[in-house]
Amino acid sequence: MRIGVVTFPGSLDDRDAQRAIRLAGAEPVALWHGEHDLHGVDALVLPGGFSYGDYLRAGAIASLSPIMAEVIDAANKGMPVLGICNGFQMLAEAHLLVGGLIRNDHGSFICRDQQLRVENTGTDWTGGFTVDQEITIPLKNGEGGFIASAETLERLEGEGQVVVRYVGMNPNGSLNDIAGVSNARGNVVGLMPHPEHAVEPGFGPDTADAMRSGIDGLGFFTSVIERTLVSR
Amino acid sequence: MPTIVVEVMPKAELLDPQGKAVAGALGRLGKTRFSGVRVGKRFEITVEGHADDAVLAEVQELADTVLSNSVIEDVVGIHVLEAPAGETH
Repeated sequence: MRIGVVTFPGSLDDRDAQRAIRLAGAEPVALWHGEHDLHGVDALVLPGGFSYGDYLRAGAIASLSPIMAEVIDAANKGMPVLGICNGFQMLAEAHLLVGGLIRNDHGSFICRDQQLRVENTGTDWTGGFTVDQEITIPLKNGEGGFIASAETLERLEGEGQVVVRYVGMNPNGSLNDIAGVSNARGNVVGLMPHPEHAVEPGFGPDTADAMRSGIDGLGFFTSVIERTLVSR
Repeated sequence: MPTIVVEVMPKAELLDPQGKAVAGALGRLGKTRFSGVRVGKRFEITVEGHADDAVLAEVQELADTVLSNSVIEDVVGIHVLEAPAGETH
């Protein structure tokens, strides 16, 4: 399986996402924002970072990139797409996901190992988790406050499109403690925390067993590989 | 060359952490008569030729789709700048 990772001007975690894909057992394919070519990949990751310096709105200018035409088209045809942090902001700006991300309510950048609850295991990216499984992966953002209209929130909750929710504390003022959502079909998922930073023992969050041994993020990448193999 | 101004504000019902931070600073300066601050954006778009109805309609569309995100912001004003500062003819 080949999973594309799109690099935008200002992407920071594109190499980390490629590495996570490799560790999960798939082949990462580096894609460039300025092209109109997905190089035949089976799934896509829009990585974290600060594309265009968060100018205009976080993810807004990147969501208008040439390659986003192909990303939107592929997503609408059912290709699995994962947006992490800045990638989540791009998916919201591209209207592939509902809601928006605004500046953290406390006004500060926050970086911590964040506990989450995986509430929807029916998406292409979370099938390998168990319902309500609690995981810990790094979170690092300045504009991670998820907001949506009351009507949209009710629909997201009612349809089970809240994929991951913050547990223990809400790090950015997100409504309903929402950390990540999916589209109705479940192929497009966006989340603010970073699963790609918790994929290899020695480099993840601390756990009760050992320092830096947390690999809870790997499940997002193994899930999409598993899903794609099953559907073939 | 005419300049068209587009003003965008965070939605009134949403928390504006940026405005809150500025309001906090005013409070610390002893400026107690000001009870709130909200921070928005002002875009100045320079147009080749005249700012006719077609151009204004195009700016309105850009304001709604690119310059603002209707989920989190409102376009609160679009107008043609009468006398652009610093421009000489």
